Amino acid sequence: MPYETIIVQTGLAERVAKNRWPARLDVLQSGTGLFLALFMWGHMFFVASILLGETPMWVITKFFEGHFIFGSSHYWLVSCVVALVAVVFVAHAGLAVRKFPINYRQLRAIRAHSRAMRHEDTTLWVWQVYTGFLLFFFASAHLYQMLVWPEKIGPYGSGDRMWSDGLWPFYLTMLLAVELHGGIGLYRLAVKWGWPDAPRATLKKLKWALTAFFFVLGLATLGAYMKIGFEHRAHYGERYTPAWIAAEPQNENRAVAPAPQAAPSGENE
Amino acid sequence: MSASAQTHGNGSIPKPRSQRQLVFNVLRYDPARPEAVPRMQAYKIEEADSMTLFIALNEIREQQDPTLQFDFVCRAGICGSCAMMVNGRPQLACRTLTSALPEETTLAPLPFFELIGDLSVNTGKWMRGMSERLQTWLHTQEGERDLRRIEERMEPELAEQIYEMDRCVECGCCVAACGTAQMRKDFVGAVGFGKIARFRLDPRDGRSDDDFYDMIGDDTGVFGCMSLLACHDVCPKSLPLQTQIAFLRRKMAAMGL
Repeated sequence: MPYETIIVQTGLAERVAKNRWPARLDVLQSGTGLFLALFMWGHMFFVASILLGETPMWVITKFFEGHFIFGSSHYWLVSCVVALVAVVFVAHAGLAVRKFPINYRQLRAIRAHSRAMRHEDTTLWVWQVYTGFLLFFFASAHLYQMLVWPEKIGPYGSGDRMWSDGLWPFYLTMLLAVELHGGIGLYRLAVKWGWPDAPRATLKKLKWALTAFFFVLGLATLGAYMKIGFEHRAHYGERYTPAWIAAEPQNENRAVAPAPQAAPSGENE
Repeated sequence: MSASAQTHGNGSIPKPRSQRQLVFNVLRYDPARPEAVPRMQAYKIEEADSMTLFIALNEIREQQDPTLQFDFVCRAGICGSCAMMVNGRPQLACRTLTSALPEETTLAPLPFFELIGDLSVNTGKWMRGMSERLQTWLHTQEGERDLRRIEERMEPELAEQIYEMDRCVECGCCVAACGTAQMRKDFVGAVGFGKIARFRLDPRDGRSDDDFYDMIGDDTGVFGCMSLLACHDVCPKSLPLQTQIAFLRRKMAAMGL
């Protein structure tokens, strides 16, 4: 049996030199959080392309599907990116949960402490715990959906998901949780590691400005997809085809994913 | 007190701020009496000019309730004995002017530390344990020091930096304000990080980052700090705890690479 296993089991680990994993795990927790927060900003700009119109959003989805490189859509490329994000997400969740209150005594203690202290950074951390807990479920469900059905990302596909699939409350909740969690998390990274070396008040103002910006952008984007989904409800399942491709019949099959067999929602009832 | 009486109705002396009736709701509990239940007790006093919480508590003890327990020694923010939770936040009673308080104030003992009774806690016991755990004394490499030899020179800037961290009075406010410490009783706390940062700066201390890592390189140490920074915000001595903890975190994290 390895020496380390024996000394850890017998509770003598502290009697020998500390191992280096706590340091690595701490860096990993921050690193995965940084990656996810920055990814979420990029993600928000990509999905917000719908505010510029259906075609710009379609172009971005086709870009990530490798359409403009390979001449056809390779949805597995999207699945690969989702898989990478999912791995980082699970790692971050696993590392960050170590800091959560893990029993009733701890939960009660931190809640009373934050209530009595009226200290903004302490309160923000409690929010981070709650939003992080929500994201365990919401982000996992979303990532699974994107991993398995990447072809459903698009102006109509995403619009249908919000309206006809009735998922807008899910996305609204997730938007609020992500923007709060990520914004607070980035601020905390800055004060935790001392970079950027700006006054905390400045960092906090920047944090709130960014959170507000992405939240408003997210709400507008969600609204835009809901509107498209509502208007498209009679053609649920149909994929978006830009006019310039629809006008060229020889390109249609190559450029656009075939519409699923689902019947318009009205016909099923 | 008498100062307020003198100024009333005297046109030649500036009139003090309006005299308020202050109410102090104090958490009363004696852990030596197992049958006792913690309770709140209200005390009313008349506010005096330049009154501190320390003065108010002494007035209450002298005139209303000699059984009220609280600690103080220096009355000047040097000894760190009179820290208590003032409306939910740790503060030194001697450095808290009642003029900065609302008319009704809640007082409670510092959490985390062993409760002696009412507002009195045994911070010293925990501080000693922390000191022994982190070995917060100078570890010279030489064996027996030759006291006749002239000490090594130190740059004044470095001495200033060391002195800056040495200003800690071990009042316990940082630990009482720490969210991590409230959940995890084995957490080192900002006071401990401050000590490590101080000895790490000192060229006379022979310990390396390897040695410091052995003491604070885990979740009970610097990696357990969640950077809520209440320690920094409540420190009565305004120690730069935020930058010191971030600095230690970077150094200790580098040990894992």
